[in-house]
Amino acid sequence: MQSDATPDVGTQVEAARLAALTQIASATDAAMVTKIGSELAGKKSVLNTLRASLGKIQDPEARKLAGRVINESAQQVEAALQQRIAEFLVQERAARVASESLDLTEFATTNRRGHSHIVTQAMQRLEDVFVGLGFQVAEGPEVETDFYNFEALNMPRTHPARSEFDTMFIEPFSSEHEANTVLLRTHTSPVQIRVMQSWEPPIYAIMPGRVFRRDTPDATHMPVFHQIEGLVVDRDITFAHLAGIIESFTKAFFGSEFTSRLRPSFFPFTEPSAEFDIKRANGDWIELGGCGMVHPNVLRAGGIDPDEYTGFAFGFGIDRMAKERHNVEDIREMYTNDLRFLRQFS
Amino acid sequence: MKILHSWLNEFADFGSDVDAIAASLTKLGLAVESVEQVGLPVKGVVVAKVLRTERHPDAAKVHRVYVDAGDGVEKHVWCGAFNMKAGDLIPLATLGTNMPDGRVISQRGILGIDSEGMLCSGTELGITADATGIMILPAHLELGADVFSALGIDQDVVFDLDVTRNRPDCTGYLGVARDLAAHLNLPLKLPLLPQKSPTLTKGKKHDIAVDIRADDRCGRFSVTVMSGVVVTDSPAWIAQRLSRAGMRPINNVVDVSNLVNLELNQPNHAYDLEKVSAGFIVRCANEAEVVVTLDDVSRTLSVQDLLICDAKNNPVGIAGIMGGAGSQISETTTKLALEIAWFEPLGVAASVSRLGLRTEASLRFERGVDAYGGRAAAERFAQLLSLTCPNLVVHDGGADERTAGLPEDTRTTNLRLGQIRRVLGVEVEVDRVRELLAPIGFEISKPDNSNSVVVTIPSFRPDCTQEIDVIEEIARHFGFDEIGKVVPKSPVHGRLSAVQQRRRIIREFVLSLGASEAMPNPFLAPGDLVRCGLSEDNALHLANPLVAEESVLRTSLRPGLLQAIAYNQSHRTNDIKLFEVGHVYPQGSEQLPDEHEVLCVVFAESDATKAMDMWSQFSAYLGVGAQLFQDSAPAGFHGTRSAQLRRGKVVLGAVGEIDPTVLANFGVSGRVACLEINLSIVLGETPKVAAAQTVSKYPSSDFDLAFVVPQTVAAGTLLKSLRQAGGNLLVDAMLFDIYRGKGVVDDARSLAFRFRFQASDRTLGESEIADARSRCITAAQKLGAELR
Repeated sequence: MQSDATPDVGTQVEAARLAALTQIASATDAAMVTKIGSELAGKKSVLNTLRASLGKIQDPEARKLAGRVINESAQQVEAALQQRIAEFLVQERAARVASESLDLTEFATTNRRGHSHIVTQAMQRLEDVFVGLGFQVAEGPEVETDFYNFEALNMPRTHPARSEFDTMFIEPFSSEHEANTVLLRTHTSPVQIRVMQSWEPPIYAIMPGRVFRRDTPDATHMPVFHQIEGLVVDRDITFAHLAGIIESFTKAFFGSEFTSRLRPSFFPFTEPSAEFDIKRANGDWIELGGCGMVHPNVLRAGGIDPDEYTGFAFGFGIDRMAKERHNVEDIREMYTNDLRFLRQFS
Repeated sequence: MKILHSWLNEFADFGSDVDAIAASLTKLGLAVESVEQVGLPVKGVVVAKVLRTERHPDAAKVHRVYVDAGDGVEKHVWCGAFNMKAGDLIPLATLGTNMPDGRVISQRGILGIDSEGMLCSGTELGITADATGIMILPAHLELGADVFSALGIDQDVVFDLDVTRNRPDCTGYLGVARDLAAHLNLPLKLPLLPQKSPTLTKGKKHDIAVDIRADDRCGRFSVTVMSGVVVTDSPAWIAQRLSRAGMRPINNVVDVSNLVNLELNQPNHAYDLEKVSAGFIVRCANEAEVVVTLDDVSRTLSVQDLLICDAKNNPVGIAGIMGGAGSQISETTTKLALEIAWFEPLGVAASVSRLGLRTEASLRFERGVDAYGGRAAAERFAQLLSLTCPNLVVHDGGADERTAGLPEDTRTTNLRLGQIRRVLGVEVEVDRVRELLAPIGFEISKPDNSNSVVVTIPSFRPDCTQEIDVIEEIARHFGFDEIGKVVPKSPVHGRLSAVQQRRRIIREFVLSLGASEAMPNPFLAPGDLVRCGLSEDNALHLANPLVAEESVLRTSLRPGLLQAIAYNQSHRTNDIKLFEVGHVYPQGSEQLPDEHEVLCVVFAESDATKAMDMWSQFSAYLGVGAQLFQDSAPAGFHGTRSAQLRRGKVVLGAVGEIDPTVLANFGVSGRVACLEINLSIVLGETPKVAAAQTVSKYPSSDFDLAFVVPQTVAAGTLLKSLRQAGGNLLVDAMLFDIYRGKGVVDDARSLAFRFRFQASDRTLGESEIADARSRCITAAQKLGAELR
């Protein structure tokens, strides 16, 4: 019985294996392979029928052998199935990709993002650098009183330096020597006084903003322009600290290859006063702004005792920085509001 | 202030390194604006004589000048200046001469007639500052000689200094030299004369009466009488110095007066003694009094102007500014009265600005001159004048009238030595302080018990009055570079405030809408606000505008932005979307206006729905709510396509289209969508921190409903009712389609809404959904809408 049964099972398995492989090879797409696969996995498939009849083989050795043959064949068929499916998936993906070709330059922009003004950009960069150096940002009104713009800044009504500011006055106006005159601030310095009046030392503040001078517009001047001012008031603040902050700012804003220097100058609201220059990589010095130790009279006007606190202040123009950064030839161009100009800067 | 290198070197041996001198001056705060080489000889320029001049009928602006350059050959030159006559000697640049400005003299003339050279002005040759005509040379020069050697022109360097207001002493050579010598540790000396001056003869006493009737304006008035004066030309070296300082040489007396002013910073005025022999009166002018100054201009004065008058009270000059015509030195003068006075600076400054007349004298009086430097100046004047007037006699007496307005000779201030370190950050020992201050004329006492010293301030430094002024002098001479740099460690948390952060977020949001930032002029023309549909009654006006078209302060950002749209449209720019974040300044009830910050966004070629889209996104993104009032159109907006954004009575802004008439006024074509927000309100608000709600695990149920809605019912009103009807299970309701036309009656439109219902604790049942649906339909029907 045994000798009869064994070759019979082996032959049947081999025939079933070959038939299955042929069938798999003849499939024309992945779906067909899947369908064949589920038939072969069914109870009625030849291999499964043979597996089901294994119990009829009496001889344990023979049964074991037949079982192994069936399993091996089934594994081969399964491997062939998976391979065939994989082949078809690759083909199908390639065909789909080929058929879906798209020209990526074929698109219409609908909503383009707007452009920030270069003066705003410069102002924000400056704010960010000073925030990094431990400063807060203060603001104040653009229409000011004579007190904040001049008097509190050590320029009493008769002070000759007042005439250098080309002030624009608001009506009604009789004389610049009158008290309570209202004007357009000629610098951001009035904010210093407002900050000293309302904040407690230690004060580390910058004050960016719009300022006004009665200057006929030309390639480098506008009657309406922007400045940034810095004020530090604390115990034991010295001129050396002023030079230190100017140097830190120079390196942080312009780059570590830049350096700064202070040289004596005059402003009514600071003493000692200085101009500060920065040295470009090519060795040229360029004048950037003014600075100095806050004059004791100014500290007093801000309600701060100069025998307890000292301070320094510095300031410079923002428009010129934007102009030079972007090589704008004529500063008036920055204020035409021409979108062809504005859209150049991201 | 122009400083000649050779002249400066007479005060100390500063050497020949021009760059080093310039660097030292800059370190002292005497910023060197330019360094200019002067007197560089131009090869090929010779002395020539004008033989005759001739006009050409076809050339109006030039004439023909025939000259002889010493070789007896007549040369022909075209010339554009007409100030020469036959017999004058002039500089002729011969053919091939390389001029300092780069020109090479060629034969090319005009009208086909050659020019055999060029006649030169003083500035063209770098000899004088006079560009008004051809330079007329002294008559004794030899024809054909090189002009530079014939004139004895020396090469020199001119430093142009920017002297700040706090250095009144440095509008003169002595002050500059004193500072520089101190800086370089060199001894300072007063200049000697180039030749030994004749011994001055002391003349008999000649007193002059002086009556000062404005004590507060004139502190001192001294007069020195000199006789034996011969009015003639100055020596060449004086003329050359003045020319290079930018002053025109006139005659020996006036030139010496100017020279002393430049050298010792002491303005002075020489009168013909005959005109003022009876004395002087110093008084304020009468209202509308007219004075003819020596430039022959009639000037109308006010009671605040100060006059120098003769004994008959007739004006002979405006004090501290300019002498009068009639009393000045003339060719026949043989005796002079030299006035050296001290006038109160603010009074002079006020007269200068009132009269619009600024002179070398007023420049110095305005800043403050040394009230005690007059005697040395008078001596120097006499010494220099004796070079051309060998018989000069200086008379004793004269006048030296002083008033209570005279500043004190020695002023002192206390200096706490500890303040030096406290302000500058460096320790400077008392001996070093003394070393730094002594060469610039400041003396200090020994320190007292509290470590303070008394500083005596020199009379030539009226700007110095208090401790901090002295500390500045110490800092300047210690050296700003030597003080060093110490970075302070800020104890403050550096940050943008909540308002500033929110402003940046708003800017970023508006940029993402596609708008670019404009910065229009905040000054408007009268009428601009009215053309914009706004009132001008609450606008501020400038008292001194640059031009009348820029005299009104804006109360709205719209005029500027509409002008910007019109400008861009006229340049055929597409897709015009602009915004501005800026201040407006309407009049308020206080002294200062109701200044506040506004955001305005304008989209050209866009309608009100675009504006509403902007507002709804803005509102959602920034958490800013407001009610929409379409019944009251904001001023300047389209009457039926705009709304006020309000919170109760507070107006937050406006949304919609700009009024078509306004658009026409500004020359804008197409519709303009606009969103305007009062940022001063919005920026101050802290957005609510949202509390998280757990997302429901249960499925939602969605359905759509379309209604035919009469035009009289606002979509927003209907949506609000639908939301109420939906109840608390309604998680979302939105308008997603609007249809007008076939199938929908006139005066109505179809509005389609999408609803989503969801519970957090269960899957909603069929009946709950059906209930909700019918509630929504009923709510719509109540408003007159019909289910489609």
